[in-house]
Amino acid sequence: MSILSNLINGISLGSVYAIIALGYTMVYGIAKMLNFAHGDVIMVGAYVSFFAVGSFGLPPVVGLLLSVAVCTVLGIVIEGLAYRPLRQAPSLAVLITAIGVSYFLQNSALLLWKSDTKIFPNFFAYTDAAGETHNSISLFGGQLTVTYVAIFTVVICIIIMLGLTWFTGRTKLGKAMRACSEDKGAAQLMGINVNRTISMTFAIGSALAGVAAVLLCSAYQTLTPTTGSMPGIKAFTAAVFGGIGSIPGAFLGGILLGVIETFAKVFNTQISDAVVFAVLIIILLVKPSGLLGKTSREKV
Amino acid sequence: MKKKNVLALLLAMCMMVGLLAGCGGDSGESAAPESSAPESTAPDAETPEEGTDGETASGAAIKIGGIGPLSGSSATYGIATQQGAEIAVAEINALGGLQLELDFQDDEGDAEKAVNAYNALIGDDAQIIYGCTTTNPCVAVAAETNAARYFQLTPSASSTDVTAGKDNVFQICFTDPNQGTTAANYIKDNELGTKIAVIYNNGDAYSTGIYNAFQATADEIGLEIVTVQTFPDDTNTDFTVQLGAARDAEADLVFMPIYYTPASLILNQANSMGYEPTFFGCDGMDGILELDGFDVSLAEGLMLMTPFNAWGEDERTVNFVTAYEEAYGTIPNQFAADGYDCMYAIYEACVAAGITADMSHDEICEALIAQFTNPDFSVDGLTGSGMTWSTNGEVSKAPVVVKVEGGVYVTQ
Amino acid sequence: MKKLSANRRRFINNCVTYGMVIAAFIVMQVLNGAGMLSPSLQGQLVPICAYITMAISLNIVVGVSGELSLGHAGFMSVGAFSGIIASLSMQEMIPFAPLRLAVAMVIGAACAGVAGVIIGVPVLRLRGDYLAIVTLAFGEIIRNIVNILYVGIDVNGLHFSIKNEAALNLAEGGMSILKGPMGVTTNVKIATFTAGFILVLIAITVALNLINSRSGRAIMALRDNRIAAESVGINATKYKLMAFVTSAVLAGAAGALYAMNYVSLAGKKFDFNTSILILVYVVLGGLGNIRGSIIAAALLYILPEMLRSMYEYRMLIYAVVLILIMIATNNPRMKAIFARILPHKKEGGDENG
Repeated sequence: MSILSNLINGISLGSVYAIIALGYTMVYGIAKMLNFAHGDVIMVGAYVSFFAVGSFGLPPVVGLLLSVAVCTVLGIVIEGLAYRPLRQAPSLAVLITAIGVSYFLQNSALLLWKSDTKIFPNFFAYTDAAGETHNSISLFGGQLTVTYVAIFTVVICIIIMLGLTWFTGRTKLGKAMRACSEDKGAAQLMGINVNRTISMTFAIGSALAGVAAVLLCSAYQTLTPTTGSMPGIKAFTAAVFGGIGSIPGAFLGGILLGVIETFAKVFNTQISDAVVFAVLIIILLVKPSGLLGKTSREKV
Repeated sequence: MKKKNVLALLLAMCMMVGLLAGCGGDSGESAAPESSAPESTAPDAETPEEGTDGETASGAAIKIGGIGPLSGSSATYGIATQQGAEIAVAEINALGGLQLELDFQDDEGDAEKAVNAYNALIGDDAQIIYGCTTTNPCVAVAAETNAARYFQLTPSASSTDVTAGKDNVFQICFTDPNQGTTAANYIKDNELGTKIAVIYNNGDAYSTGIYNAFQATADEIGLEIVTVQTFPDDTNTDFTVQLGAARDAEADLVFMPIYYTPASLILNQANSMGYEPTFFGCDGMDGILELDGFDVSLAEGLMLMTPFNAWGEDERTVNFVTAYEEAYGTIPNQFAADGYDCMYAIYEACVAAGITADMSHDEICEALIAQFTNPDFSVDGLTGSGMTWSTNGEVSKAPVVVKVEGGVYVTQ
Repeated sequence: MKKLSANRRRFINNCVTYGMVIAAFIVMQVLNGAGMLSPSLQGQLVPICAYITMAISLNIVVGVSGELSLGHAGFMSVGAFSGIIASLSMQEMIPFAPLRLAVAMVIGAACAGVAGVIIGVPVLRLRGDYLAIVTLAFGEIIRNIVNILYVGIDVNGLHFSIKNEAALNLAEGGMSILKGPMGVTTNVKIATFTAGFILVLIAITVALNLINSRSGRAIMALRDNRIAAESVGINATKYKLMAFVTSAVLAGAAGALYAMNYVSLAGKKFDFNTSILILVYVVLGGLGNIRGSIIAAALLYILPEMLRSMYEYRMLIYAVVLILIMIATNNPRMKAIFARILPHKKEGGDENG
């Protein structure tokens, strides 16, 4: 039973990674940059919904929508101010800028909201008439408890993954995104507004960060200015795991990473990260472009 | 009688000299930056100005250099020790006697930055070092103060490594082994549980130190520990695995020698799992009721060993809590109380040893060491009355166990 | 004629780099001797030397070899802890501290070099971002391993354990050196600025000789166009590994020097953030530009310390400075503005290659 329980925990954790990784992958696929500030956008979204729900008493749905809205705007602003001037610059310069943005967001949060840990309210719990709080369902006579957050996380993750697949495959904007990721110059010649398309990609990636913020914090319930950084790195790993740039890859990578991490923790909490990264290395050595990544042939 | 008179005369003279030095210091100090290295003008040029401002306002003050994390993951604890100390300094200075001046620098909870902070402080003529808040940086700074002869008093770095082999470093908090042993004995004596689970942070010196002593004592007195679960320092958000293991081992008491932030999560996640053992924590757990957004009802029945009870009724505690709330808008935790006591310990020792602001740091250091290790010297503070120190720098005071009932601590 | 002048320019360039470091050392020593150096700056000298060496070493991988490494702090960690173990276990054997420091740094460098080979062989098969993520992964794995490692010493020699301190089974009078997550708390501080200066000189010599050698040109050819370089018979794995291991060795020595400057040191110090910090030095200093790395590391280390009086805002200022420098130096429009304001800058610009 504990194996099943750990598996569910793992899939739920993995789904959060997957949602973040989807944001990473979208941005990477089109802008060819590692957006290190992605994790910190999550943190900002979490604070927004924390204050909306915790301090102003708004309903959780509004908190979620606010988080998504703020993250989307933040993503567009960051892209426009920090990344757009560097469109022609070497990728390392963009990487350092992204790190600068990440430091900036973390330290602004530290100044604005202080370093004290905030306990995030669980958005996926309700209080019944008797005043009891329900946040999970029991199966098999109480031997297995599954939290509502876990269920919602997995469901939302699958919806997002399917939605993105449809979006990039069928819609006009989605096709424009794929065109830009293939060849920016050619896309521009075909009448695609490259800048606007990249901006839209950041908006979508950051909106996903807003969703991930609420799910992550509802499940683990702490919020500090550094909340986003470790999940950010893990999600980045997950995106590479599955083959960066690939949407199903990010989904698969996220889920696998979450499950491996949870089981590694059962085995030994101290080296769970080492186990996760060791598996990553082995997989990359066997499949150098990730699980579902495209192997691109180099041309001279 | 005669001896006392001589002492008084000496003190008065020292004060006069101190005042003169304070007045004369203005011109001497502002000239200093010009002569120093061009690379270092910026940090120097700004701080002496502040220093002289403080001096003209309050006469000659003893400069205390504080070190602790004001940013980074352990900032909460550092800020509490800073704020508690500031309340005490304001009170002491209002008494009009010996004046103190606190300059608190950030170390981000890192040994390298702590040594940098220490160097910056002694560059600003700090005479006594107060800190660090966390153990690892404190060990690094303690080695420096020991070599350069600065008296150091730490509010909360509780490992024995901090004081080992250094005669100039003193603690105001319990040592970790002391807490572990006391906790094990208390649980056994009061029959709080028969099957004990331990969840501790094995990435943290504080947590590991308490656990090691707890385990040793438990083995000795026959307390059954059914499972020991750990979590690493950096990814402390998911405790379902550890709690699941404790539940599977049918533990009826979970001993958590950890800080309050992860503890709040454990309580929360245990609640969602429907697991309800007795939770028992140590002094790092104090502060859990003040967490923003934490559902205090989850902590109901939680027991912890803490030297400080913010809901205590004695006059001193009430005054401190009121002043702290007024200044910072929150209820102080034991870190703040430790910081407050540190300042009073330094103040009382300085008064007793006749230390004045014009003495050099090594004179102050030797005088304070003699005073702190003097068996007749004891300090009554918020975290214990009649605190005395042994020559190895450890404090002796009585621990108090409190239980959370109705959202406040009730002393057991 | 043209070749000669290129050689000559390179020679002058290298002389300037060496001269700058030596001059800085002499100035610092004179100021120190005259008692005019603030304790704050005095205390920063050794870590600055260690970080300069780290920046030079990472520049060999990122700038010269063109591979993004996000786990360089891992090598520093290996060097630091093996250095500490060596130094503490040889305390009686070599009572003379500078010699012990040198031995510790050599051992630290050697251990990091071995780690470099172990990591480099699989890692260098990958390209681009995949390589970056695997170096990140190795950095995290090293940190995790240091966190569970317990090392102690007694009359019978070194003891290792991955469980706890008690499992070391130390004999009477034994001392545990590395205590898992708590790290080292009983180190002896023996690092000196002179040792740091010598290390920086060695690092510069190694780096410049590598860049200006036949191997260095092969490495740079691989960076600029791997396929073309391989087609003229350059062994990609061999030369990439050479750069990688050289870099690891230097990082190990820097780590040992760094460790010897502190009495306590925990494994978590060498995390992803430290790797990034060093990468920032390298990128701001200019890829492949050794002198730039030295200046950037020194200035960026001192900057947050100088901003101490406004500690609340210092990391915010640091972040903004970082972003602005990147935009100012890489945006074509900004570059044009700078070129107009500072016309002489243009000549200096092409030294970077």
